[in-house]
Amino acid sequence: MSARTLFDKLWDTHQVRAETDTTPGVLYIDLHMVHEVTSPQAFDELRSRGLKVRRPDRTLATLDHSTPTLPPDAQGKRPYYTKEAEAQVAKLEANVREFGIDLMGWDSPQRGIVHVAGPEVGATRPGMTIVCGDSHTATHGAFGALAFGIGTTEVGHVLATQCLLQRKPKSFAIHVDGRLQDGVTAKDLILHIIGKIGIGGGTGHVLEYTGEAIRALSMEERMTVCNMSIEAGARAGLIAPDETTFAWLEGRERVPKGEAWDRAVAYWRTLPTDEGATYDREVRIDASTIQPSVTYGTHPGMVVGIHTPVPAAVDAVEQRALDYMKVTAGKAMTGETVDVVFIGSCTNGRLSDLRAAAGIMRGRRVAAGVRMLVVPGSEQVRRDAESEGLHEVFQAAGAEWRQPGCSMCIAMNGDLAQPGQLVVATSNRNFEGRQGKGARTVLASPLVAAASAVAGHVADPREYMNQEVAA
Amino acid sequence: MSQTSRPLAYVHSRTAVLRNENIDTDRIIPARFLTTTERTGLGKHCFEDWRYAADGSDDPAFPLNQPRARGCAILVAGRNFGCGSSREHAPWALLDYGIQAVISSEIADIFRGNSLKNGLLAIVVSEAEHRWLLDNPGVELRIDIAEGTIRLPDGGSVRFDLDAFSRHCLLNGVDQLGFLLQQGADIAAFESRMEEAA
Repeated sequence: MSARTLFDKLWDTHQVRAETDTTPGVLYIDLHMVHEVTSPQAFDELRSRGLKVRRPDRTLATLDHSTPTLPPDAQGKRPYYTKEAEAQVAKLEANVREFGIDLMGWDSPQRGIVHVAGPEVGATRPGMTIVCGDSHTATHGAFGALAFGIGTTEVGHVLATQCLLQRKPKSFAIHVDGRLQDGVTAKDLILHIIGKIGIGGGTGHVLEYTGEAIRALSMEERMTVCNMSIEAGARAGLIAPDETTFAWLEGRERVPKGEAWDRAVAYWRTLPTDEGATYDREVRIDASTIQPSVTYGTHPGMVVGIHTPVPAAVDAVEQRALDYMKVTAGKAMTGETVDVVFIGSCTNGRLSDLRAAAGIMRGRRVAAGVRMLVVPGSEQVRRDAESEGLHEVFQAAGAEWRQPGCSMCIAMNGDLAQPGQLVVATSNRNFEGRQGKGARTVLASPLVAAASAVAGHVADPREYMNQEVAA
Repeated sequence: MSQTSRPLAYVHSRTAVLRNENIDTDRIIPARFLTTTERTGLGKHCFEDWRYAADGSDDPAFPLNQPRARGCAILVAGRNFGCGSSREHAPWALLDYGIQAVISSEIADIFRGNSLKNGLLAIVVSEAEHRWLLDNPGVELRIDIAEGTIRLPDGGSVRFDLDAFSRHCLLNGVDQLGFLLQQGADIAAFESRMEEAA
């Protein structure tokens, strides 16, 4: 057989029926993750047609988007932002009961953001196809799984048939040579990549991230990179599985054990792209030149190095973005006054992210007038962080330590910024109004976010690193 | 409620134009309206943060609020329309608002797929054709789905690509879940092969 890419192999092994000129292919889905926002209409559709969920055992639900991040009151009542949010969560709880689906719900120690909790329990494994009604499903590609976001109609398709109608996208290799400098993270890398290829640069393609800099990343860092593939327009991003992947997975609840583990690993070793396989597009990036990076505009492709002057607007639309952000071309983002700092989300809400931020916050205070919200990505992350005392570091600094959820990334649970406020956020989207009507979002790494919280303005974390502060 | 949309053969309307590039799905329907558990009723929130003034009245500066844009069923939008979140609430909101076709030089993948599954035509044209449409708001277009053409007021026409399956589904109001359900035997055979190999 001719040389194939990782993507080709994942695609080929899941073809129930190949595509033809007149019909799309039928692609089998190994794991379908479900949350409260994009599923209710799909369950209604099944009910109206008298259909069952074909494979409840391949379906896993969680509560994350509409959920409050403040604890319940003394009577156990959760502080939902609206009645609709509460009803939406109740509807998923009822749907999973009716259709026999596992839910990582309020009473579960595994509840969390779908793209944090899924990998943690070992539901995400190399070689799989994974979908969810959420565009950041690309996160799971970090394990060498073909993972992409779908709409609610397709959520219904997968619930009913465990399959999707798909035409094969093109492939796009992003080779990242060299090593990231100290203080430069996976978040800076992916922001830099999106800035380079543009927010529509990956449209119609599945990305594969390769090269020395990618191999050197931990699993959590790889998830950060793959997570934002959609911000370059690509539905999926992949990283080939390797020893880092296997070591991270071994022993997790839903991962095979004993001989089955050995067989699985042997198979996973066959997945990486073959020597001589070709991609439809390729780009090469030098990791060693990347600086801590931030967005300055109103989409994730408007990215600059933290000390690089904001480029002049090339047209009226870009000028409008600069005006909305109240930033000035020719001036670097460092020094922009910060109102809110948000650390969390499926991009940067994992333990290593909280450790990185806490490393800067330890013994320091959030600057006067800045509100800082730290939201762990899952109950597991929360427990691990609390056992290390990270919550105390944040609280001592004056930050709010919240319960897991999507929180201020999508701002539909009441965690939101006020009009005009500037938010340095570790999340993935800086669209106008994303974090609240009129809110101005600067996307950044947990290091940059923490340094900015302390400084009160957008700040370079390297000025705070390796400088011990008396606690 | 059935997902099957009614058969759609033509869209005949004047165009409304939003020149902005990269109009994301948060812009089309802000996340705070996603707590609905219905598909209907989102039209009043379509472009919510763009179209209303602070007092809740229509903002006259928003292009779709201008008299000539009223009642238009064809939206011509800047490059990379529908990027960002996979929320199907975006095409639901546009349809409920009265839009039946979106034309751009580039349309984000997930949005495009979601739209076609709901009977919202998402059409990609060349950059030159796109520029002309952006520069001529209010022109009367007739979109013929079977032919894959956009008829211009001067009698000329522009071809667009639409995959055969989406075309068939739109023209016949065929629902894709029905098609998938017919593959049940193949899916079962695939599952047996896969479980033997594991």
